[in-house]
Amino acid sequence: MTTVRIRHARKTRRIGIVALAATVATLALTMLSGPASADEINLDQYDFKVSGNVKLNSEPLEDVALTVAGSGYTVDIVTDVEGRWAVGVPERGDYTVTLDESTLPTDIAVIDEADDSPNVKEVTIGQSGSSVMNFFIGRGERNQTSFVDQFVERIVNGLNFGLMLGLAAIGLSLVYGTTGISNFAHGEMVTFGAIITLVFSGVLGLPIWAGIPIAILLSAAFGYVMDVGLWRPLRKRGVGVVQLMIVSIGLSLALRYIFQYFIGGGTEQLPGSDSPQVDLFGAVSLSVVDMVSMGISVVVIIAVAWWLLNTRIGKATRAVSDNPSLAAASGIDVDQVVRIVWIVAAGLAGLSGILWAYFRPGIRWDMGAQILLLIFAAVTLGGLGTAFGALIGSIVIGLLVEVSSLWIPADLKYVGALVVLIVILLFRPQGILGRRERVG
Amino acid sequence: MDLLQILSNTVSSILGPATIAYALAAVGLAVHFGYTGLLNFGIAAYMAIGAYGYAISVLTFGLPWWGGVLVGIVGSVIFSLILGIPTLRLRGDYLAIVTIAAAEVIRLLFLTNAFDAITGSADGLSGYHDSFRAANPLPDGTYGFGPFTYNATGWWVRIIGVLILAIAVLIVWTVMRSPWGRVIKGIREDEDAVRALGKNVFAYKLQALVLGGIFGALGGIVYALPSSVNPGVYVTSLTFFVYTALLLGGAATVFGPVLGAVLFWVVQTFLSNLLPALVVSGVLPFMSTSQSQTLRFILVGVALMLLVIFKPQGLLGNKKELTFVKQ
Repeated sequence: MTTVRIRHARKTRRIGIVALAATVATLALTMLSGPASADEINLDQYDFKVSGNVKLNSEPLEDVALTVAGSGYTVDIVTDVEGRWAVGVPERGDYTVTLDESTLPTDIAVIDEADDSPNVKEVTIGQSGSSVMNFFIGRGERNQTSFVDQFVERIVNGLNFGLMLGLAAIGLSLVYGTTGISNFAHGEMVTFGAIITLVFSGVLGLPIWAGIPIAILLSAAFGYVMDVGLWRPLRKRGVGVVQLMIVSIGLSLALRYIFQYFIGGGTEQLPGSDSPQVDLFGAVSLSVVDMVSMGISVVVIIAVAWWLLNTRIGKATRAVSDNPSLAAASGIDVDQVVRIVWIVAAGLAGLSGILWAYFRPGIRWDMGAQILLLIFAAVTLGGLGTAFGALIGSIVIGLLVEVSSLWIPADLKYVGALVVLIVILLFRPQGILGRRERVG
Repeated sequence: MDLLQILSNTVSSILGPATIAYALAAVGLAVHFGYTGLLNFGIAAYMAIGAYGYAISVLTFGLPWWGGVLVGIVGSVIFSLILGIPTLRLRGDYLAIVTIAAAEVIRLLFLTNAFDAITGSADGLSGYHDSFRAANPLPDGTYGFGPFTYNATGWWVRIIGVLILAIAVLIVWTVMRSPWGRVIKGIREDEDAVRALGKNVFAYKLQALVLGGIFGALGGIVYALPSSVNPGVYVTSLTFFVYTALLLGGAATVFGPVLGAVLFWVVQTFLSNLLPALVVSGVLPFMSTSQSQTLRFILVGVALMLLVIFKPQGLLGNKKELTFVKQ
C-alpha cells in the first residue's frame, strides 16, 4: 500500500501547469473551457484518472479529505480552494472514493437518500480512461425536507428567477418590437450592470445602496450610447434585420471579451451576497437579498407597465411596436421612441444583471450570455415584441427551470426551458400574447 | 521576441487541423446560410455531434475509425431531420433562435454528469486514436519543409482533413451549378417565386440542411482527430467564429468559406503568438499575457460587426447576389 500526501508539492506543479497553459492557450479555443486548478496527485505518473469536486449548496468546500482505493492502491487527497480534486490511478477498474466526514464543517453531511453510506462511492474507470465523482453536500437537516416543502421552495426560487428574467426580457421584447432587432448583445447589457456595480461598490468601496443606482443609470446611458453610436446609423443605412442580428452577435462577442479583459475569467462577489437566510414558512427560507430582489423586481415591473400603459411615450412605444410606419404617419417621432426604448431596455437589463449576480451568486464575464437564451425563450414564449407577454414568459421559464430540477439533474435544468422554447415555436410560434401576423 | 518563429507558426496554421475543421464547418454553413438563406446558428452542435459520434463509437462500441466517421455523419443527418422537419417553416430569425437553443441543448446533454460513462462529461473524451493511426500508410518519421514540418500522425490528420475538405468543396461546386442548386438559390432570393414554380420549398430546404449538416459534422470530426473532444469547444461562440470565417470569405461562394477559415486562423495564430511576445518584451505595458489572448477575441467580435456592415458579401462574394435575405 502506498499512501501519498502531496500538499507541499502543489506549488511546483502549479508553475508547471501555468507553463503548460501558456502553450495550450495558443490552441485558441481550448482556452475557453478554462484550465482547472485542482489539487492533483499522481496525474503525471498514471494514465487513468479519478476526479471530482465537493460542494455545499454549490459553494466549494476546501480541505475536505478523501481516500481513493482500489486495485491494491490507496491515495489520500484534500480538496483545493475550488473544492476540486484529481487522482491518477494505475489501471482501469473499480475504485472506492471515501469522503472523510470528520473533515467537513460542523453539522453538514453528504446527502443521498438512496444510499445508506453516502460518503462512500464506487467509481468505475472505463473506456474514457477517467471518471468523475462529485459530492454534493447539504446541511444535515436537509435530509428531512419533504417533497412538498422542496416543491414550494423551488416555486419561490423560480418566481424570483422569473421576475429577474422578466426585467431583462421586457427590454429585449421592447427593442425587438420597435426595431426588429433580435439583440444577441442583450446578455452583455445584463453583465454590464453587474460589473459596474462591482466597480463602484466592490472596488471603489461605495455602499451598495449607492452603487446599484449608479450602475442602473450608467447601464441606461450605455443603452443610449449604443443607439446613437451604432443602431441609429445602421437604421439610417437601411441595414436588414438579419444583418442587424449578426452585428449584435459581433457586438456581443466584443463586449463579452472586453469584460473578460478587465475582470478576468474568475468569479467576483458583490457585497452582501452572503446575507443570512430567514425562515419564512414551512421549510422555505430566503435570504434578505432574495426578498429585497423580488421586491425590487415587482416594483420596477409594475412601474414599467404603468409607464407603457399611461404615459404619452409609453403609448407611443406600443404604437411603434404595433406598426412603425403607421406610428410615424400619425406624427410619432419613431427615432425618439426607439432611443428611449434602448435607454429603458438597457437600464432594466443592468438591474436584472445586478439581481442575477446575487441569485447565481457571483459575477462572471459571461454571466449574461449564460441566461441570454433563457431570456429569448421567455420573450418568444410570451410573444416576440409584446412586453407583457415577455413578463409572463419569464415567470413560466423561471418556474420551469427551478421546479424541473426536482426531477432532472441540476446541470440539465436549462435544457427543459430550451426544449419548451423549441416546442412553443412549433405549435404556437406567435407565443402566448403574440398575434399570428408576426410569423411568417 | 522570435519573429521568425512567430511567422513560421502563422504560416503553419494554414494547414492546421483547426483550420481545416473550420473550413469544413464554414462550407456547411455556406450551404445553409449562403446558398439557402437558412439562419442556422447551431453549427457548433453539428460539429459536436460529429466529434462525439466519432469518439463514442470508437471508445464505447469499438468501431474502426471510418465507422466512427459514418456514425458522426448519420448522427448529423438525424439531427438535421429532427431540427428541420418542425422548424424549416419558421421565419428566418425564429429559425436562428431555435437552432441556437437546440445547439445549447445538445451541448448540455454532452456536458452533463448524467451520461458521464459515455460522454466523459466535463472532461470530454480522449484516447480514441489507435484505429485512425494504425490506418496511417506513412512510415514513422518527420516530413515536410520549413513551417510545414509534421510527424507521420500530423500529416495523416492533415491529408485526411484536406481530402474531406476537397470533396466537400467539389460537391458544393457541382450541386450549386446544377438545377438543384438554382432552386436552392431561388429559395434564398424569393421563396414564394420558387413555390409558384411548383417546387416543394420545404423539401429543398431540408435537403440543404442535411447536406450542410454533414459537412459540419465532418468538420467536428477533423477537429477531434488530432487530440481530444472537449465540451468547452462546442459553445455558441464556436458558431459565431465559424460565421465570422464564412462572412470573411463570402457566404454564397464555393471557395469563400475555405479562404475565410484560413484567414481567420492565420490572423488568430499570428496575434496569439505576437501579442504575448509584445507583452513580454514590454511593448504593451498596460496588459498581461492572458489579457493579450482575450484581445484576439475582442477583435473577432469587432471584425464580425465591421464585415456585416461594410462588406456583407465577403472577400470573394458578388455584391449583386443577395447574401442577406430581406425579411
